[in-house]
Amino acid sequence: MTRLFAWLALLAGCIYFALPLIGMTEFSLKMRRGVYSLDAYRKVFEDPSFWATFGYSLTLAAATIVVGVLLVVPTAYWVRLKLPQARPYIEFVTLLPLVIPAIVVVFGYIRLYNTSSILPLTGSAIGTDFLLTMGYTTLALPYMYRSVDTGLRTIDVATLTEAAQSLGAGWVTILAKIILPNVMVAVLSGAFLTLAIVMGEFTMAALLNRPAFGPYMQLLGANRAYEPPALAVIAFAITWGCMGLIQLVTRLAKHERAKA
Amino acid sequence: MPQQPTRRGMRLPLNWLGLVPFMLFALLFLILPTMKIVIGAFQTQDGSFTLQNLIDLNTSSIRNAYWTSIKLSVATALIGGGVGFAMAAAVVFGGLPKRIRGPLMTFSGVASNFAGVPLAFAFIATLGPVGLITMWLRTEFGINLRAMGFNLLSFQGLVITYLFFQIPLMILIITPALDGLKKEWREAAAVLGATGLQYWRMVALPVLFPSLLGTFALLFANAFGAVATAFALVGPQLNIVPIKLFAQIRGDVLGNPNLGYALAFGMIVITAAANTVYIVLRIRAERWLK
Repeated sequence: MTRLFAWLALLAGCIYFALPLIGMTEFSLKMRRGVYSLDAYRKVFEDPSFWATFGYSLTLAAATIVVGVLLVVPTAYWVRLKLPQARPYIEFVTLLPLVIPAIVVVFGYIRLYNTSSILPLTGSAIGTDFLLTMGYTTLALPYMYRSVDTGLRTIDVATLTEAAQSLGAGWVTILAKIILPNVMVAVLSGAFLTLAIVMGEFTMAALLNRPAFGPYMQLLGANRAYEPPALAVIAFAITWGCMGLIQLVTRLAKHERAKA
Repeated sequence: MPQQPTRRGMRLPLNWLGLVPFMLFALLFLILPTMKIVIGAFQTQDGSFTLQNLIDLNTSSIRNAYWTSIKLSVATALIGGGVGFAMAAAVVFGGLPKRIRGPLMTFSGVASNFAGVPLAFAFIATLGPVGLITMWLRTEFGINLRAMGFNLLSFQGLVITYLFFQIPLMILIITPALDGLKKEWREAAAVLGATGLQYWRMVALPVLFPSLLGTFALLFANAFGAVATAFALVGPQLNIVPIKLFAQIRGDVLGNPNLGYALAFGMIVITAAANTVYIVLRIRAERWLK
């Protein structure tokens, strides 16, 4: 009896999740009248704006990951090593982006860093890109910090540090050659999640007026019929790819550890 | 979790310097921008203190926006939470093959991140005026969804669409809590003569209650702050708080910049309250589920 209900619950869920995925795929193939074709995808790939915005978001994702890693790894390491009493406060700050909606944060940016302020970041394209990268870093912060902090928990930070120090290593060497490789799986998991978040992000990029992939998709959705579902299929594949890569690195690491 | 050994003698005040980059980042790109909004909500255009902005929120249009947002968030949190709970319970207790669990968790990770613009496209292609299901029902069964009062670009349509990321989030968060329900509790209850229903009512649900309520709060906040899905689905004219704020930031549609601050301040208050409930209840829940 229980098993019947369990199957029913699962089946109903699967149908609900499968239908939109089937719907978008089917619709994206219908551009040519009467037959299924990949015309919508060809149209998307022929559009130079697609490649420009896609490349732009990819670049920003890379920048966000670099900033995130440089910010989170040393901080989480330092807190574990020297300032365990600061941990609740740091954790609280890393959770703030879940509390404050992204639209509010970017609203603050626009008002705080506008052209008439001391730090007129929104005055230039490069300044706005920097601001957007920082915004994306705040979005990724909760996931990145949690991931790295959990990774650090599995290694003996104090002993590794002392061993490196007694061999004459400085802080940069310790972080780059000892700590980072040891939490690489956690860093990569955080990085792929960041990539998934940044590629689809709409609100911050739209309000800062930057040519990112999210606003491009929205604009196309308002004007075209068949390309948007094709974009949805592409976006879903990206999200799926990122999650798959997280699984892959986690599994590979477990395998390595089992062998060792 | 064992505490890392620390040596008291080395804990000089200089240690704080290691946190300066992080603190600077948090201050410049998280805390100060938020403070700017909060302070702005209590200021007039020339900078003096006022409560007028908050009072001015009390127009029928803004009241409606908050009310619709709250209804949307409560509805998607309740339905998403309920369905997510049923699916998680089915996998944990339902006697389903163990192989199902891994793929379900992976898919939940993907689907909970598949929000925003592409999600809206997927639902338009499925339930929109010429979507897959709409056309199929019309040609095969002669059922006209639109004539029956269904419209994807409405409140019900938004609820159906938001569930696509709310249900998986519930599955991801509640499955570990369900795993924490010990088999011994069920056996102990059975030994004392409890029926399955009594076990759920008097043991399992009270233990799960903080997790359930906390996750509800998180789902609520998740829906309340979402912009992109609703914007791509319905457009800038939809009257919910995040989209109203979006329009205000783009073009000062309220005609008073400080009213925009007040609108954003209201959002912070609501999501902060929901998240505080979540965090407090999760700490309570973790006491049982170790």
